[in-house]
Amino acid sequence: MLAASELECVRGDRTLFAGLAFTVAPGAGLLVQGANGAGKTSLLRIAVGLAPAARGDVTWDGRPIRSLGPSYRREVLYCGHPNALKDDLTAIENVRAAAALAGRPLTRDAARGALAQVGVAAAAELPVRSLSQGQKRRTALARLALDRARLWVLDEPLAALDAGGGEWLASVLDAHLAAGGMALVTSHQPLATRAALATLTLGA
Amino acid sequence: MTGGAAAAAIGVLRRDLLLALRRKSDALAPVFFFVVVASLFPLGIGPEPELLRRIGPGVLWVGALLATMLSLARLFAADYDDGTLEQMALSPQPFVGLVAAKVTAHWLASGLPLVVVSPVLALQYGLPADTIAVLAASLVLGTPVLSLVGAIGAALTLGVRGGGLLVALLVLPLYVPALVFGAGAVDANLAGTGAEAHLSLLGACLVLATFFAPWAIAAALRIALE
Repeated sequence: MLAASELECVRGDRTLFAGLAFTVAPGAGLLVQGANGAGKTSLLRIAVGLAPAARGDVTWDGRPIRSLGPSYRREVLYCGHPNALKDDLTAIENVRAAAALAGRPLTRDAARGALAQVGVAAAAELPVRSLSQGQKRRTALARLALDRARLWVLDEPLAALDAGGGEWLASVLDAHLAAGGMALVTSHQPLATRAALATLTLGA
Repeated sequence: MTGGAAAAAIGVLRRDLLLALRRKSDALAPVFFFVVVASLFPLGIGPEPELLRRIGPGVLWVGALLATMLSLARLFAADYDDGTLEQMALSPQPFVGLVAAKVTAHWLASGLPLVVVSPVLALQYGLPADTIAVLAASLVLGTPVLSLVGAIGAALTLGVRGGGLLVALLVLPLYVPALVFGAGAVDANLAGTGAEAHLSLLGACLVLATFFAPWAIAAALRIALE
């Protein structure tokens, strides 16, 4: 279970949020909402351990994530706003490189299967630079099709996705939650998941 | 190192080498720079064999050093911009190992080619064959030091505006020991006093840098990502 209490984030001399608390239990998702610049991405980066909180703690199964280190990172899949794709590599090479980095290597066929699921099978062998913005986003999200991480942290996953992409994302998210996974998601567009997501609004 | 850590590090190494291969112009720029700089000196100074032989080791070493500098700016910047560096920091595998793999790839793609072309360039300075061998040996030991130490500077200036100039100011003073021992080894061979002492010291620099630089780079990158 992911939990946070009395969380405070300061950027420069501006306090983005303070006294923030939330819990994400197995099988539940939390949708973080707020205006541009309200600190959604900052919150996600704190939750995965990329940035420290000014005050407060994020805990995983009751222990602060700082003290868990690699054993926490093994449980987390983070898709940030940048796609983390290399323009000069093909979509398959990118998916395999990302999976190897996360410590869950994929075979070529498995990577091709994941890309087929997100609907970029035809572009699997093309260098990513020749893909459209939406296809790049789909390629970045292809990891979700196969990954067994318990906590998904997704920053604006719907950005650049078309309606079909949004439906696919909602369906894998539903499957993930149904299997006891957890999710922390930011989105400006509504997510069409069957399971109702709890909402956390920043700057309210 | 566990199997998973080694597999992840090899994955990063392979990806970076593949990228260097796909973007040859970027990878070859430092080598061309080295060739041009090392060829301009004989043209500028004129055909004075004694003088050229005298300055050859120093010029070649400084050329290699500046060529390495040239390739440092992109070492982490591309990964930082496209989010790959975040993913590396979030990998359950040790970040230090992944960083070491990146630096190794940098050396293979931009340091090793300098070593390979150096004997040809040395001919322009009229260096004898055994001196050329010492030059190549000193560069084999020295260029990894340049990559490792330079990567610390590149990591510290990541995300800073005007980082390129800052890297030069930060890193060039740290290159002095490698330059002194490297060029010194070649000079000593020319003078007939034997290059072993200088090469041993250069080797010691390499050992120190190999053990400590990856930790410093990883720490600097984590700060840059915050």
